[in-house]
Amino acid sequence: MENKHNRYRPVIGLEIHVQLNTKTKAFCDCSADVFELEPNTSICPVCTGQPGALPTPSEEMFELGVKLGLALNCQINKYSRFDRKNYFYPDLPKGYQITQFFHPIAEHGYLEVNGKKIRITRIHLEEDAGKLLHAGDSITEAEHSLVDMNRCGIPLAEIVTEPDIESPEEARMFMEKLRSILRYLGVSTGDMEKGAMRCDANISVVDTLTGKQSNKVEVKNMNSFKFVEKALEYEYDRIVDLMQKGEEVQRETRGWNLNTKTTLSMRSKEEAHDYRYFPEPDIPPVLLSEEFIERIKNTLVELPDERLKRFVEEYELNSNDAWVLVEDKEVADFYEEVAKKVNEPKEVANWFLTELFRLYGEYGKEKVHVTVEIFDEIIGLIKEGTISRNMAKEVFQEAALNGVSPRKIVEERGLKQVDDVGLIEEIAKKVIENNPKQVETFKAGKEGLFGFFVGQVMKELKGKGNPKTVNEVLNKLLRS
Amino acid sequence: MERDLISIEEFKTMTLKRAIELLEMGGGEALVKNSLAVIEKEDKTLNAFISVNNNPSVGIPVGIKDNINVLGMETTCASNIIKGYTATFDATVVKRLKEAKYSVIGKTNLDEFAMGASTEYSAFGVTRNPKDIERVAGGSSGGSAAAVASGEVVASLGSDTGGSVRQPAAFCGVVGFKPSYGLVSRYGLVAFASSLDQIGPITKTVEDNAILMNVISGKDENDSTTVDRKIDFTQFIGKDLPKMKIAVAKQSFDEGVEDGIKQRVQEFVRFCEEMGHSVDVVDIDEIKYSVATYYIIAPSEVSSNLSRFDGVKYGLRISADGLREMYEKSRGMGFGEEVRRRILIGTFTLSAAYYDAYFEKAQKVRRKIANKLSEIFETHDFIVTPTSPIVAFKIGSVSDPLVYYMMDIFTIPANLAGLPAISIPFGKVEHLPVGIQIMGPRFSDAKVLGFADNIERRFKNK
Repeated sequence: MENKHNRYRPVIGLEIHVQLNTKTKAFCDCSADVFELEPNTSICPVCTGQPGALPTPSEEMFELGVKLGLALNCQINKYSRFDRKNYFYPDLPKGYQITQFFHPIAEHGYLEVNGKKIRITRIHLEEDAGKLLHAGDSITEAEHSLVDMNRCGIPLAEIVTEPDIESPEEARMFMEKLRSILRYLGVSTGDMEKGAMRCDANISVVDTLTGKQSNKVEVKNMNSFKFVEKALEYEYDRIVDLMQKGEEVQRETRGWNLNTKTTLSMRSKEEAHDYRYFPEPDIPPVLLSEEFIERIKNTLVELPDERLKRFVEEYELNSNDAWVLVEDKEVADFYEEVAKKVNEPKEVANWFLTELFRLYGEYGKEKVHVTVEIFDEIIGLIKEGTISRNMAKEVFQEAALNGVSPRKIVEERGLKQVDDVGLIEEIAKKVIENNPKQVETFKAGKEGLFGFFVGQVMKELKGKGNPKTVNEVLNKLLRS
Repeated sequence: MERDLISIEEFKTMTLKRAIELLEMGGGEALVKNSLAVIEKEDKTLNAFISVNNNPSVGIPVGIKDNINVLGMETTCASNIIKGYTATFDATVVKRLKEAKYSVIGKTNLDEFAMGASTEYSAFGVTRNPKDIERVAGGSSGGSAAAVASGEVVASLGSDTGGSVRQPAAFCGVVGFKPSYGLVSRYGLVAFASSLDQIGPITKTVEDNAILMNVISGKDENDSTTVDRKIDFTQFIGKDLPKMKIAVAKQSFDEGVEDGIKQRVQEFVRFCEEMGHSVDVVDIDEIKYSVATYYIIAPSEVSSNLSRFDGVKYGLRISADGLREMYEKSRGMGFGEEVRRRILIGTFTLSAAYYDAYFEKAQKVRRKIANKLSEIFETHDFIVTPTSPIVAFKIGSVSDPLVYYMMDIFTIPANLAGLPAISIPFGKVEHLPVGIQIMGPRFSDAKVLGFADNIERRFKNK
């Protein structure tokens, strides 16, 4: 296996479609927020391609496009023009898609993944198509299909990378990094599962021994980060397998199939469309002024990479931990708020990475109502010695899930830690008295039994004993 | 005011200017009734209308070419492919007309999707020329021109992509104006070739045309190709003009231009000279490339613009087993011969392998032609040609597409260059009207109208 990966090197490039978070659609006034709307309720003559309707470009789309271009270190093209991409499909009401073929809004950028620059070829603006709903299980068996045009005309940014990606894992990490940036900028939700971010990949494989490179295969339908990696891994294996057998790798488009966990051929390159691109005559070229670009530049927030650096320096976190906090802007903002209030950034980071993320994972983010105050109280309670660290975790969960004050929980449930040396000694003596056999074995050298005594004492104290004191007392009674 | 207060004969020759006076005197209902009465009488013969609004609002009766949307009325584009389609919104020009108390009497006939020069390519039959019903009314706005020439309506709107307002106006002996590109909103006009299309008025007089331009023009937020220029199109109407420098295209006297038409152009030259204007004959060699250029750019845009007629959302759908077959059958049967021809040409000229050789090249020649015209306008105020090299021809007499396409040779340059151009009647060949075209620099529309008005007034009083 190791051998195979050394010899056969994948070459991967991505094409990513990102739905832009604009108020209106790209070329009409319909609301662009159509997720889970009734079909065909956010439509008008323009986005449904009625005869005589004309597109008028939204300025907000350009703002977000420029923002994204700047964040991905691109050169912004001041002369920006739209073109038509012509093809027939029922989800494309005009019979063409308005896109930017000849003059994209941004070019020549890069995105850093683990210190490596993945070059961005271009970013262009275009409109989304609608959705087909097939009656029946599949398109081939459907007796008829319905068209939902809500999505028609939603602005997209298409991001095309150079084939700089060297593994399926790197492809996934690129996507995750990109999503993080999108969310920081607020230009898109970047939600792959909801289709707000979609990824196609081109993959070929180089045999480093012979220098031969396989044909390029395009992989589509990878609608989660995990599937990007899985599909490319599958495709890499498939191509290497063919190369090892000395067989030709077809130039084709393949789709990731969720059920079979394989890629299946969709069409060969010979069947590729001729999209008959030409300049969109209904929209004059758009000239972006220096002031416009400058104004957008000034609205740019601190991006994930800069923030990561700052977290490492300012909060003395290691970069892996810092990235987990930084990746999601909301989490990072919240972390900083808590860290500032509590003034113990490392301790707060630990709580985030272990307890908070565990709750997010188990209950879902929307069920967790954690606040700065909850963290402040919890960490305070531990520091004062009011509750043990273990107890604190339980209290935290309850507080976070119900949005109540940890101090109140401790008070109402009488969870205050027992730190009374006299009381603990009394109980410890009783435990020792009741377990003569264990005492004998312990004294004979079975040190491991110490934990048993701690456990028994804690049990008597209903878990509320201060572990430090319990240890000290037992040590004194059993070892001296 | 009752209908009989305006006689039918008076209505038939009524100018828009007079109709506005009558409207202000409360004659709106009489105007509309008269219009319907003339249509009732004439349209069985002429076939200028595809549909008539039998319950029109009170106002000045106008005809709207049936490729322009009027809310609640059918927009057929004279095609089987969208027969039965009811417009869901008013075109901006229609909205503005309605606000100014114009009444849409009906939708006028055209060549299918405005592709043609004779209104013979209509799924609703040919429109006959009111001056000679054996002959075509021209096209593609043949219905709009015939409706005005016959007095069915006071004025009408057409669309002009390569001469479709000016040529039928010339054939029917009325005034047709194609404004500078960007002055009139195309929102609601079913696109033929977006970079060339412009809506323009057809009227009995130049002054009427200027009056209508003041109503329909202006920046429209629904059409991003419109420009923000406030022009009073009537500013030079009825005024004395300074001496102008006129360039008559040498090509007006070329082979292929009928002798009778050449004579009218000569007379026009003398007429202008008598008025004290100076006239030069200028060789505009580039004109000869205009037809070829046009028949690459226009079909390219057509092939894309007409893709929306696919049987999925509206109009004709021929059911089939598969999607591709449904497209092929619906479009194959829905579009007429000329439209199919142009879609095929455009699909070819835009294909990746031929894009540079055809579309890209045509764009370059387009700029060359525009530059040549600008150059002439550096030393001249107007360029004059006949509107059409021939007078109205007999229905069914032209079948070769190339002969047919050459008829647009003088009108096309204004579309390629986005210039204002007007056709005004100037004499006849036998009983058939001849139109003279006056073209000016971009956005000199008011001046072109002013000059044409001046000629018209003097010519009438001669």
